[in-house]
Amino acid sequence: MNYFELPLEQWTNTFVDDWFLPTFGNAFDSIGAVLNAFVDLVTDVLLFVPPELFTLLLVILSWRVGGKGLAIFTFLGMLFIGSVDIWEESMHTLSIVIVSTFVSLLVGIPVGILSAMNNRVQSVVRPTLDFMQTLPSFVYLIPAVLLFGLGGVSAVIATFIFAAPPAVRMTNLGIRHVPKEVIEASRAFGSTSKQLLFKVQLPLAVPSIMAGVNQTIMLSLSMAVIASMIGAPGLGATVLQAISRVNIGLGLVGGLGIVVLAIILDRITQGIGQGQNNKS
Amino acid sequence: MSKIKVSELTKIFGPNPKQSLERLNKGASKDQILADTGNTVGVNQASFDVKPGEFFVIMGLSGSGKSTLIRLVNRLIEPTSGHVYIDDEDITSMNKNELIEARRKKLGMVFQNFGLFPHRNVVGNVAYGLEIQGVEKQEREQKAQKAIEDVGLKGYESSSPNELSGGMQQRVGLARALANDTDILLMDEAFSALDPLIRKDMQDELLKLQKKLGKTVLFITHDLDEALKLGDRIAIMKDGQIVQIGSSEEILENPANEYVSNFVKDVDRSKVLDAEQVMRRPEVLTTYKGGPRTAIKKMEDVGASSIFVVDRDDQFQGLLTIDDAIRAYKEEIPMEEVLNQDVHTTTPTTPLSDLIGVAADTKYPIVVLDEEQKLLGIISRVSILSGLVLGKEKDEVTN
Repeated sequence: MNYFELPLEQWTNTFVDDWFLPTFGNAFDSIGAVLNAFVDLVTDVLLFVPPELFTLLLVILSWRVGGKGLAIFTFLGMLFIGSVDIWEESMHTLSIVIVSTFVSLLVGIPVGILSAMNNRVQSVVRPTLDFMQTLPSFVYLIPAVLLFGLGGVSAVIATFIFAAPPAVRMTNLGIRHVPKEVIEASRAFGSTSKQLLFKVQLPLAVPSIMAGVNQTIMLSLSMAVIASMIGAPGLGATVLQAISRVNIGLGLVGGLGIVVLAIILDRITQGIGQGQNNKS
Repeated sequence: MSKIKVSELTKIFGPNPKQSLERLNKGASKDQILADTGNTVGVNQASFDVKPGEFFVIMGLSGSGKSTLIRLVNRLIEPTSGHVYIDDEDITSMNKNELIEARRKKLGMVFQNFGLFPHRNVVGNVAYGLEIQGVEKQEREQKAQKAIEDVGLKGYESSSPNELSGGMQQRVGLARALANDTDILLMDEAFSALDPLIRKDMQDELLKLQKKLGKTVLFITHDLDEALKLGDRIAIMKDGQIVQIGSSEEILENPANEYVSNFVKDVDRSKVLDAEQVMRRPEVLTTYKGGPRTAIKKMEDVGASSIFVVDRDDQFQGLLTIDDAIRAYKEEIPMEEVLNQDVHTTTPTTPLSDLIGVAADTKYPIVVLDEEQKLLGIISRVSILSGLVLGKEKDEVTN
């Protein structure tokens, strides 16, 4: 079937090596530097806080948004993480999750708003999101490493590509599902587009946006293992180490650590989302 | 001067409205245009005037274009051609900012399914219009409070809309429109989602409010009874066109075409006519001042066996029968003590249908009082029956 002899591989490499990197290398370097500083800052803070205090704060938060059951689970979960001696790795993972979730929302929510307001934007954004979600993650791990080097920053970028789409989609969906009559009412009383957005559409889209935030966090966590292949520290690295040494026990410890973090983060963000639901 | 003037307003939905507009102007029908171009004619060259303080109802079945028409008035839907003037200013040629200003200052709106903001409490909903104008919190909440009291929702200020019943939600919707203090209220099937009893209450209260506040109301409904009850004038719409404009009497008496006459033939006369239209002036009245003697004399003159008593300000006091009057005269007791207060009273706007039952079980005429308890007229059983048969007898009232 090779009728056209399409040299996509060479083209891409030439494009990247001869034009893209020389032109945008500096820009990527500064983005990388900013993200790196951000990841380091969050990691430092998380590691600076004594585990006991961190656990206490997390338990209080769980109790407020999810009730007694969640608070107990959070306490036992954090006790487990400390007891199997993966506290430091967990905090590294958590900081990558926090930073990539932050970046995903920072980009995802405005893009979601734009695509809800404008069908043309949506028609461009939707296939892009499909592309981001279906492209095998290893494919963009390579350019990520090329642009940002090994380590936490590449992990954040790769995680962003994988985890941002739900934030965009759910923001878009939430805004588009605001009842037509409510929008008409807002306009009929003389709202500007900005007032309509900030006083009516966004507040009503909050439950949906929170569901998107929850998904983004979950996907970020699920990228932890893959991201460790490009040098991201954390629980993923523990699992990767276990695979390479065929150490079943270590694999279980790292894997369970990820599961515990996932459940706690999921329940807490769901709790916040439901709180919003009940209010409205 | 008219408050709202709509002239030759047309809305065509679809991909190529301009072309369809030309065909429409050349006389093509709605169905032809739909078949040939796929464009839907929503409103077809509608023209009407609404006077200041008038209650103007647009009546039509679903699909007649009435909801589109009301949205063309404040440009929630952009018209294809034609003009809308509010206070002689052309809404259709305004730019974005002028339009926003006009909506804020001139046009309040109430929606069929309320369109309340579920994330705001009652005050937050009612104050919304003022909030987006940048009115300060204290002032806007004060105005909102007044509107909330006007619609009878005092005490529910901090409730969330979804805790309220349908009728109360629509009161919030009404208060939200009142809080902006616009001269005009646009009401899109405002009561259609309410059950009949609550709807009737809301209609009565809206009439009262409109009288009190002097609003110009443009009201959309698919319910002819509602239209006849509320409207000073009614426009009947069919297939995007206005087929007749007139008062309820004109539409009932002289339907413009078969469509309208089919519509109105089942109307229950008793619902259209109200107390004011069938009441008559009592032949004689007496006051306390004259004492029982004068009362007896007056009854004797007209050959009546009872007489209505009013005070100096025309306020209704009660009914005095000839027997009681004679007793008071003989035993020298004050007239106040022998007055029969057990007389049915009603307001001028009560529909006749509500009075039929009352009339059946009272032997005295029903007394019509205004808000200050002044006696306006009386309704005997005969007046109700003749009203049902002959229509209103306004001449008797104004003699």
